[in-house]
Amino acid sequence: MIALLLRDLKLATRAGGGFGLGLAFFLIVCTLVPFGVGPEGEILARIAPGILWVGALLSCLLSLDRIFALDHEDGSLDLLATAPIPLEGAVAVKALAHWLTTGLPLTVAAPVFGVLLHLPPEAMLWLVVSLLIGTPALSMLGAFGAAITVGLRRGGLLLSLLVLPLYVPTLIFGAETVRAGSSALDPTTPLVFLAAITLLTGGLIPFAAAAALRINLR
Amino acid sequence: MSIWEYANPVKFMRSSGIALPWVVAGAALCTVTGLIWGFLTPEDYKQGATVKIIFIHVPAALMAINCWLMMLVASLIWLVRRHHVSALAAKAAAPVGAVMTLIALITGAIWGQPMWGTWWEWDPRLTSFLILFLFYLGYIALWQAVEDPDSAADLTGVLCLVGSVFALLSRYAVNFWNQGLHQGASLSVAPGERMSAVYRYPLYLTMLGFFLLFLALLLIRTRTEIRIRRVAALQAREARQ
Repeated sequence: MIALLLRDLKLATRAGGGFGLGLAFFLIVCTLVPFGVGPEGEILARIAPGILWVGALLSCLLSLDRIFALDHEDGSLDLLATAPIPLEGAVAVKALAHWLTTGLPLTVAAPVFGVLLHLPPEAMLWLVVSLLIGTPALSMLGAFGAAITVGLRRGGLLLSLLVLPLYVPTLIFGAETVRAGSSALDPTTPLVFLAAITLLTGGLIPFAAAAALRINLR
Repeated sequence: MSIWEYANPVKFMRSSGIALPWVVAGAALCTVTGLIWGFLTPEDYKQGATVKIIFIHVPAALMAINCWLMMLVASLIWLVRRHHVSALAAKAAAPVGAVMTLIALITGAIWGQPMWGTWWEWDPRLTSFLILFLFYLGYIALWQAVEDPDSAADLTGVLCLVGSVFALLSRYAVNFWNQGLHQGASLSVAPGERMSAVYRYPLYLTMLGFFLLFLALLLIRTRTEIRIRRVAALQAREARQ
């Protein structure tokens, strides 16, 4: 399993793997928003939590089809399915690799983008914490969507149609945490809900995604 | 004699063929009578004539949710017992449910405009219905994207299970996110909150009518799906010879 994780990480970092692509996309979203809504600091600070979370969600979506599509094309997904490790474990590891290459860099870089959007300093900590807790759920749900659409032509658009409604609760609680943090309210309640969603997806989604993969590989 | 016998397509076709005219007649009778009765009710002292839209809005919203529930049960039956009629019924129900959701959203907007002064409000109930509509769209799109019918049934079944969990989760998440403008349950049994009998009885009748209408559409669409399957099987046999 560790070998699989290292292999996925290497594939993502080398050979035009789109490792920095998610971050660049996030940067562009954060640059475009002030052009769209105007450069006033107060307005930006008010909408910053939502924009940052939506941006993180979209840049996560961008790289989802990479989770299984390339392996499906060159046949290594069939090898994984017959490998001694259970397919559920392989799904979880691949989702983890996706998170390490998109979710974690986003979390680390988020304060910089927060500054761009005039996010109040006291909310910075909550932004990082909420992304750290919430983005694994995005990767997990994304792995499920990728598993469902893996064999399909034109699967990319369908993938976003399937996955985005599933992202709603994560987005609500994630943005709510940051919003509460920036307006000096208690952000622990939404944070606990966010952690609950991440644990729920981490526990259940590998089984659903592995079932979908088995159907697609049949 | 168990209920599973009806999972046999031939048996299902025969019994649903007998039941269908009665269901259609019942749906037409209840819906038309209920709507006319509802239209003739006196105007509400607070809401005026606009209250009458409730006779479409509430039954449609009710069936929108129950349709997803029915799809969930049908998907489970397909995944566990692999009865093809069950998967086809889930497939047939999805567009009906999507239209019911759309009717509820549109009539809600038409009702909300004079009452709340706005077409759309980011209220928990409204928002979760919009998300439900998106779930329906994704489900229908997935059915159409997968070519192999058995894989399509399996994948949509899994999607329906995961979607149900997240539809429920979204419902409570948006509740947390924003406090509502929408009124509470229309059919609350608590005295004082209950609607007056003038409105309640026609509403019951239209709800029954919409349920029968859903059942009729479901039977028609499932029968069509089974016939499409048969035609495909016959064509495949023809091509092999």
